[in-house]
Amino acid sequence: MNLHEMTAHRLHELLKAREISSTEIVEAVFNRIEAVDGTVKAYMTLTREQAMAIAREADAAFKNGQAAPLTGIPLALKDNMCTSGIKTTCSSKILENFVPPYNATVVERFRAIHTPLVGKTNLDEFAMGSSTENSAFFTTRNPWDTTRVPGGSSGGSAAAVAADEAVIALGSDTGGSIRQPAAFCGVVGMKPTYGYVSRYGLIAFASSLDQIGPFTRDVTDTALVMNVIAGHDPLDSTSVRREAPDFTKSLVNDVKGLRIGVPREYFVEGIQPEVKEAVAKTIDLLARLGAEIQEISMPHTEYALATYYLIAPAEASSNLARYDGVRYGYRAKEAPDVITMFKKTRSEGFGAEVKRRIMLGTYALSSGYYDAYYLKAQKVRTLIKQDFDRAFETCDALVSPTTPTVPFKIGEKSGDPLAMYLSDLFTIPANLAATPALSVPCALSKEGLPIGIQVMGKAFDEGTLLRIAYTIEQNTDVHNQKPNLAGAAGRDAGGPAKDAGRAHDTGRASGKDVR
Amino acid sequence: MMIKREDVEHVAMLARLELSEADTEKFTRQLNDILQAVDKLKKLDTANVEPTAHAAPMKNVFRPDKARLSWPQEAVLANAPDPVDGFFRVPKIMEG
Repeated sequence: MNLHEMTAHRLHELLKAREISSTEIVEAVFNRIEAVDGTVKAYMTLTREQAMAIAREADAAFKNGQAAPLTGIPLALKDNMCTSGIKTTCSSKILENFVPPYNATVVERFRAIHTPLVGKTNLDEFAMGSSTENSAFFTTRNPWDTTRVPGGSSGGSAAAVAADEAVIALGSDTGGSIRQPAAFCGVVGMKPTYGYVSRYGLIAFASSLDQIGPFTRDVTDTALVMNVIAGHDPLDSTSVRREAPDFTKSLVNDVKGLRIGVPREYFVEGIQPEVKEAVAKTIDLLARLGAEIQEISMPHTEYALATYYLIAPAEASSNLARYDGVRYGYRAKEAPDVITMFKKTRSEGFGAEVKRRIMLGTYALSSGYYDAYYLKAQKVRTLIKQDFDRAFETCDALVSPTTPTVPFKIGEKSGDPLAMYLSDLFTIPANLAATPALSVPCALSKEGLPIGIQVMGKAFDEGTLLRIAYTIEQNTDVHNQKPNLAGAAGRDAGGPAKDAGRAHDTGRASGKDVR
Repeated sequence: MMIKREDVEHVAMLARLELSEADTEKFTRQLNDILQAVDKLKKLDTANVEPTAHAAPMKNVFRPDKARLSWPQEAVLANAPDPVDGFFRVPKIMEG
């Protein structure tokens, strides 16, 4: 097996035994990127020189016996997390040349243990979308079938891990933006409990829902990433004061006696039969391994999507009011007065989906409609949260499909916002309830496309989720399969896949490099 | 139609967005579709339900009121579209 294909914990063993060096791993990952990213298009920006410098620090740390489990392991970051001196675009024209003066807290934490940052990954503009098709720059491809979407909004991070262009990655999840692309790309993705991971330096979309979390090749690596990113941060006032446990303690291949709920509202019509079947088989497996499976009801599930599409746009319309062309980001030229400058800046800088959500959110918050829409949605959010509270009185965790379908074709849903929103049907409730949830691969479809099962848990009980996911993983072999990217075009392959969309290393290089 | 063309124009003004003819047309249609879909919430009786603004229960969070270093001015202004003498210059704000 090549270095870039390995899990972080396997690489750590080899690093510790001094059989390999971090610089070799980083080289291998960049060679892989050269070979396949012209096709996959996971990255917005690559930070090779910086990654090599940190890899050398990592190698020194191993020599000095000061290495942590993720020291020297190549990391990719969704391009909505601030990186000091490295462009952070949110895949939006309005931030196309934005170079943050500071690091997000999660970035600082990885920096402290010498984890090399490979680059910044593509997303749906401002994390609004389910396919990366809303990126202002280019669409990322699903490594399992490059005519299909990788999911979104963290599609670049999911694809990078799936295509062996990074070993681990971070994404953000507001309504499923980690779990849905994880399911589509056949990797593990987790949205932690709201408040567990600092949002400082995460460019805000919907502040009561956003949460940063990991993409990894297996569940062990998920626990290792959580060990780095979870924990209190005084710079985020919504960060909880709570000691994070050692998540690797939860890597137990045993579900005996665990009470696992199957909410019947998550098995509605519209789910592809293959997805339903794969999830049912995995539930049978958990039952055979000794879990107590209970069918339960969460009656307000059908209202989650509508609730989310009022609350998230309302919060977004407020958060995105800051993009006015005054202090940073894009500013429209030749406006005679400041109001015209605001309007032109925002109209030229934001893409269609972002505008649509700003409009919807502004409407839901506007005088005369606030009670009917925004306040109503907040009340239904309470009912949805109560469904979870009630479920957890009798269950230790819940399982469902992560997504209703296998990855869809590029272009299939991009013209119909409502159809696109439906792909987040099963992931949205956990954001509204602020509870943790993960997606772990459970099968491949007949066409060879990944299918994920979602495990949802009580607030701050990531441990139980990891235990269930680990047991699924250890008793199936889907995580050992990789997409076949033979024939993929390299970054210098010419044509539309040519390396035109990405800036290398830091700075304000090429403002017009739109694909 | 729950939302009319004029409503879309009014909301665009509130959100400081300038929409083309075609966009106004399209958004009127799409916002109607979305509002129709979210209208199902009206079926639920929520008269006695408290709203959830933040699902994680949290009270005011305070920190010690101590002076600390912030970022240097150049670092902050490095991203400004039109910085002049340590200020953010903007087009004229007042009539006259």
